[in-house]
Amino acid sequence: MKFDVKHIAKLANLTISSDEEKKFETQLEGILTYVEKLNEIDTENGQAINQITGLENVTRDDTTAPSLTQEAALSGTKNTHNGFFKVKGILDNE
Amino acid sequence: MNYKPVIGLEVHVELKTASKMFCRCSTHYFGQKPNTHTCPVCLGLPGALPYPNKLAIEWCIKIAKALGCEINKVSKFDRKNYFYPDLAKGYQISQYDQPFGENGTITVTRDKDSEEIKKIGITRVHMEEDTGKLTHAEGASLIDFNRSGVPLVEIVTEPDFENAHQVAEYLKKLQQIMRYLEVSNADMEKGEMRLEPNISLQKNGESGLPKYKVEVKNINSFKFVTHAINFEINRQEKILESEQVPTQETRGWNETKSATVSQRSKEDAHDYRYFPEPDIPPIVFSKEEIDKITLPELPDEKIQRFQKEYGLSLYDCELLTKTPATSDYFEEASKVGSSHNLTPKQIANYLINKKLDIDKILPAEVIEEILVTLQTVNITDEQMSDAIKKVFEENLGVVEDYKSGKTQVMGFLIGNVKRLLPSNIDVSVVKKALENQLQSS
Amino acid sequence: MSDLNKLTIKQALDGLKKGDFTSIDLTTACLAQIERLNPEINAFITVRHEAIEDAKKADESRKNGVEKPLLGIPIALKDIFMTEGIKTTATSNILKDYIPQYDASVVKNLKTAGAIIVGKTNMDAWAHGSSGENSDFGPTRNPWNTKYVPGGSSSGSAVSVASNMAFAATGTDTGGSIRLPASFNNVVGLKPTYGLVSRYGVIAMASSLDSIGHFTKTVEDSAIILNITAGRDEFDATTKNSPEDYTKDLGKDIKGLKIGSLKKYLNGADENIKKLTLDVEEKLQKLGAEIIDIDLPHSEYAIAAYYIIQPAEVSSNLARYDGIRFGEERSHFGEEAKRRIMLGTFTLSSGYYDAYYKKAMKIKTLIKQDFDKAFEKVDAIISPVSPTPPWKLGEKVNDPLKMYLSDIFTVTANLAGIPGLSIPAGFIKDNLPIGIQLLGAHFSESLLFQIGYALEKTQERRNFNI
Repeated sequence: MKFDVKHIAKLANLTISSDEEKKFETQLEGILTYVEKLNEIDTENGQAINQITGLENVTRDDTTAPSLTQEAALSGTKNTHNGFFKVKGILDNE
Repeated sequence: MNYKPVIGLEVHVELKTASKMFCRCSTHYFGQKPNTHTCPVCLGLPGALPYPNKLAIEWCIKIAKALGCEINKVSKFDRKNYFYPDLAKGYQISQYDQPFGENGTITVTRDKDSEEIKKIGITRVHMEEDTGKLTHAEGASLIDFNRSGVPLVEIVTEPDFENAHQVAEYLKKLQQIMRYLEVSNADMEKGEMRLEPNISLQKNGESGLPKYKVEVKNINSFKFVTHAINFEINRQEKILESEQVPTQETRGWNETKSATVSQRSKEDAHDYRYFPEPDIPPIVFSKEEIDKITLPELPDEKIQRFQKEYGLSLYDCELLTKTPATSDYFEEASKVGSSHNLTPKQIANYLINKKLDIDKILPAEVIEEILVTLQTVNITDEQMSDAIKKVFEENLGVVEDYKSGKTQVMGFLIGNVKRLLPSNIDVSVVKKALENQLQSS
Repeated sequence: MSDLNKLTIKQALDGLKKGDFTSIDLTTACLAQIERLNPEINAFITVRHEAIEDAKKADESRKNGVEKPLLGIPIALKDIFMTEGIKTTATSNILKDYIPQYDASVVKNLKTAGAIIVGKTNMDAWAHGSSGENSDFGPTRNPWNTKYVPGGSSSGSAVSVASNMAFAATGTDTGGSIRLPASFNNVVGLKPTYGLVSRYGVIAMASSLDSIGHFTKTVEDSAIILNITAGRDEFDATTKNSPEDYTKDLGKDIKGLKIGSLKKYLNGADENIKKLTLDVEEKLQKLGAEIIDIDLPHSEYAIAAYYIIQPAEVSSNLARYDGIRFGEERSHFGEEAKRRIMLGTFTLSSGYYDAYYKKAMKIKTLIKQDFDKAFEKVDAIISPVSPTPPWKLGEKVNDPLKMYLSDIFTVTANLAGIPGLSIPAGFIKDNLPIGIQLLGAHFSESLLFQIGYALEKTQERRNFNI
């Protein structure tokens, strides 16, 4: 099966160099070929348990707790401006 | 027009819970300094985990029920994966194939000045979390995550709307329902209710859905809803009439231009790679639990009941039931008023025309006011002059006192005249009539 | 030079109580060991010299009659645990300068119990790896023979305990990342039941598989730590358990217990591994347990299912690393991370979700059911941890699939959510340790400790004397 590295990298928000492209393509196709193994089992009528703990209805009351200070929230990066996180302009609507 | 609009709506309603959907940050972020209402969870810090808000889920169920939906016994949350700077985790926790509510309906009138009913199908009602807020300034984008994680209920309709009137009425009804349920103020200008219509046109006579649709974003207030939709309908019509097909895309409503504008095209439909949220166990309801979540009497129900019980017109009922407070006020006033032989219609008229501040006056006091105004009309001149004549006959001395300048006795005369008249009458009317009589005699 | 860092937690707690030594003594000994060996072994990313101050405070508390279960015991934390004010990197260049704004729940609990953090340990970046070579800050070496890998991904944590740099160290096990390095380092490694220990504040790898555990020198020490870390957390919706004393069954004999053998699956394993496994089974029989052959019919599909589910969840969990709120932007991801992100993105993508992710989740369910059936017949299962002994540094780095296949005995437990306890079983040539693992039903940690403790008593623990 053909693994479209460029498309997947874009979807994954990763930049891949053209050297990496070829290497990843080969490796990932190899892995995908291996996992095809799963087709040996008929799972047509099988169910998938998403929550292995068996838990249900785990919710909390609508009470509040203190938030991080603005300083703490921003402390992970230098790209801030007047209390906001700053990124390069994203053109949206005009 | 040779074309019929086919419109489906996606509305997001911000719930007014105290805490956010998946963390304990306060939701009262409006007008606050940026990034002061965040925590590891809603800021998407490494290692943070979501923990769902029970009240938010109950309110979502309420909304779904109010819209006539079936409530799924088993629901779950799913991850909707995409990259955008205001999406802290790089995925939004939402619901994909097992939402809380599905398959409801709501009705609107077909057109302005029409009483014909149009049924709108509610496809689904589900829960998700809000993103942060992005603002733009000088080539940079600024992000505030205070809003990130606030509970949102998404309501999706079938593409059943045919015109802007139906859409506007639907929004007004939704807003009213939210206020009745007390789950949101649904103020569009505050972003508490957001609209994204999907608009296309179908050639008259053709069946099946049009092969394209245009999503319109950024309609931020009630007053732009009609403009934006009509603009888009016209825009699409022009394209179709020139034998072309409008591009399937997302457009933004631009207030200054009074037009929808193509947003930087988002190549490919998003591949959101939905998968069940592993960090949140499923939500399972028994029938009893679903039944326990009860609704107050909703506007449509109340209007129907008012029409029947009070014999009022649809128009009057709509005005009286604007909020639960005004409805309750009217009903209280009716109770008091009926013991004074006032009709619901009289009370309704008074309330509607006088535009009272119901917080400043009790229903019983309003009834008194109404009685007064009514009585002034019912007393005939003859009744008045008879009463005055009698009082004068029995109080000659007082009359002489008044005529000789002791005007303070007027109060005594007014009181006596009032006692002889059938019901409460405005004091000033009695005074006027007395003065007239005293002058002429 | 002090030998106090060679003690077990139990011995250290007894000594502290009696006043034979102080927490400062213990902490100094650990820090001295780190200073001596870390330059070659590279077990630690961050060393906290402030730990001496913490030790001083602990000694004072103790003098004032304060009693806490781990008061004054130096521990290490895998650098995947968020520690407020202490750099946390997941050993990736993405987080090379990141200082967290909050503590993981487990870290909070350990601190409340009085433990002293001597440092953050090296690991395979983002927990992606089975050898300890995939760190952006250099590989960790096996202290028993530095030409060999220590196993991963919790490489530094296993090594820190093995080489007496700390009395215990936390780790995570998503596909074997505690049990494998434990077995390669002659230490005890516990992978608890999924959902027993809170994941809040532990940088997520695969959310439905990550299990939060730890390394110690002995089984008893392991139970002591679990008493602190286990239980329902109001920040993790997948936890539910009430407090329990996991040391309660230590010392009970194991006569009559039924222990499942996976002999039939040993064919591909190294001869040494096969021999050691059979030796341990014999020991168990001598202790009175009954060995019963069991079947896990779908286990041959475990790696395939795991390498679909895990990368899928990884691709989603690593989406938040965009350089905006913290860390560097995504071009700083290492090769293995990029590989897994892309693999995961693919298997979740439109048109492939049903064939890959959904199918793998169905296989996962079948594997869990295999174990459910097995535990109707037996109380616990004994199994190798790795099909091979530790390999030389650099031997497997160029073949990712080959590296993935070393998880063959460990991933089944992660898929089924069951607990696994890796204990030392012996040494082979070149001074390389081999461990063995006990698997049990959900929440059977006390039983695993009971059996592990009994086995432990049949062998002399080899001390690390460097």
